[in-house]
Amino acid sequence: MKILVCITCVPDTTSKISFINDNAELNKAGLQYIIGPYDDYALARAVELKEQIPGTTVTALNVGLAVNDQVIRKALAIGADDAIRIDAEPTDSYFVANQIAEIAKQNGYDLILMGRESTDYNGGQVHGMVGQMLNIPSLSPVMKLEISGNVATLAREIEGGKEYMEANLPLVLGCQEPIAEWKIPNMKGIMSSRTKPLLVISPTNLETLTKSELYELPAARSGCKFIAADQAETLIDLLRNEAKVI
Amino acid sequence: MSIVVFIEVADKEIRGSSFEAVGYGAELAKMTNSTAVALVLGNEASAEQIAKIGNYGISKVLHAQDSRLDVGNIQAYSHAVVQALDKENATILVYAKSSLGDAIAARVAVQKKASLAANVLELPDLSDGFAVKKAVFTGKAFQYVTLTSENKILAVKKGAFAMTPSQDSANVESFSPQLAESDFAVKITKTDKVTGELLLPEADLVVSGGRGLKGPENWGVILDLAKALNAATGCSKPVSDLDWRPHHEHVGQTGVKVSPNLYIAVGISGAIQHLAGVSSSKCIVVINKDAEAPFFKAADYGIVGDAFDILPKLIKALKG
Ligand SMILES: Cc1cc2nc3c(=O)[nH]c(=O)nc-3n(C[C@H](O)[C@H](O)[C@H](O)COP(=O)(O)OP(=O)(O)OC[C@H]3O[C@@H](n4cnc5c(N)ncnc54)[C@H](O)[C@@H]3O)c2cc1C
Repeated sequence: MKILVCITCVPDTTSKISFINDNAELNKAGLQYIIGPYDDYALARAVELKEQIPGTTVTALNVGLAVNDQVIRKALAIGADDAIRIDAEPTDSYFVANQIAEIAKQNGYDLILMGRESTDYNGGQVHGMVGQMLNIPSLSPVMKLEISGNVATLAREIEGGKEYMEANLPLVLGCQEPIAEWKIPNMKGIMSSRTKPLLVISPTNLETLTKSELYELPAARSGCKFIAADQAETLIDLLRNEAKVI
Repeated sequence: MSIVVFIEVADKEIRGSSFEAVGYGAELAKMTNSTAVALVLGNEASAEQIAKIGNYGISKVLHAQDSRLDVGNIQAYSHAVVQALDKENATILVYAKSSLGDAIAARVAVQKKASLAANVLELPDLSDGFAVKKAVFTGKAFQYVTLTSENKILAVKKGAFAMTPSQDSANVESFSPQLAESDFAVKITKTDKVTGELLLPEADLVVSGGRGLKGPENWGVILDLAKALNAATGCSKPVSDLDWRPHHEHVGQTGVKVSPNLYIAVGISGAIQHLAGVSSSKCIVVINKDAEAPFFKAADYGIVGDAFDILPKLIKALKG
């Protein structure tokens, strides 16, 4: 089985976000980049499937610039066999989906996994777009995945519960926990990641359908009003008559 | 030109956020001198539910009474939505941001080559093109984006467009999308769903518990407070990782993003990943025994103390 895992490189989840250039651009100075947390679940499940099913290969794919190579190497250290980077700024979901679909058409994967959404732009669109571009089913957010022969058994989270389903490969899946637990690379993985192939190729279709204009930070909250623990019940009155939220 | 609003049905009811999307679509239609049409797929929603769409400003509903659409099959739904857009000559699709809505909209976006904006917070600015304000970085920032394609899809974030319903009604027109066998290639085998419970992403009031509650056996106070308020329950990530609470209650950057009127956090420290998922709540109450807990910095009201002393007092005050 051939698995493609698409990873985004996003600012570490503890990052403070700020902007430069008259709020037109993200301030990348001081930001630590990581594998998107949801993509990290997808990668972990792919590596588990590789361990279970003989002959399985895992390719990691990122659309991004050379600064991402160190993050991509981490995916190799976690257990991907090789990696591809499409050398372009990932400008919008449509652009990124086109790059992934193009690689998938050339290489033919049985399973294309990625996170349910990126934690920077939170679009949650790329998996569906890739599925449509390849004309194969796409499902998200997938929290359980088993493969037996050509058949995938999976569970999708729905608001207030789960939906179980069955589908034939090939499939595109947007993943989230608890599909697998995040994997921390071991020493052997880190050593081997340095020599695993990382192919850099140029983007094909450069079309985008959105244009970023400006960013803004939310207004800070006005501050916390403290209520003494022995008068806790007065909170209810404040919520009713001051905040007027209940 | 017209606008189609995709309606999502959960637990036999139209979701509250879908009614917000109806209100958004109706306003957008006024702004753009066009008409808005709502689209309901499957037989899950009752006629009374569908009639309520009129209360939020849309007077025409397309209803596909095809029982194959009673469950949210992503491929089939996306083809049905595309056919509704074509039938109505629509250039804009509006829906309430949700995991099902996103999965469908992405496929529609490719079929219609539409610009797509997720987490839209306001009506668009049409003074120079079509610009929308959206939440990015899981609520840590906002972004203004111009949608450059002729066709557009807007995923409206919950709470961005609340409105007071009117008494107006809607006319329902039947709609029969052409669906192929291949649209149902994914077989939905079973649905496990809590019924009669308030859905966290939809809730106006949320009571959430963290590791400070020490174990699932102590959740009674959280459930009682939620019940007294008629609120939904949430939790922090370690709580769902430890299986103290079901996974769909996990709130935060890697879980459910909520924007209720009131979010009460009990025994949650306020890690930045948790805050990201709750920052658009209107009012935040924090109850924590540690006065230094970072959550207090993001709160409107705070009580420093032991949750097991404080919650019973709140429950009593609510009942009294
Ligand atoms: C990539 C990544 C993504 C993440 N995503 C999320 C996410 O989406 N959501 C999320 O929640 N976390 C997320 N986390 C985890 C996050 O960093 C924190 O570890 C987590 O939020 C802490 O949960 P907690 O506040 O319940 O527990 P703790 O941090 O252990 O806090 C418990 C709190 O309870 C208080 N307490 C203890 N006893 C009592 C008592 N009797 N009465 C009152 N208060 C009491 C303590 O003072 C403390 O503040 C993520 C982490 C990473 C690395």
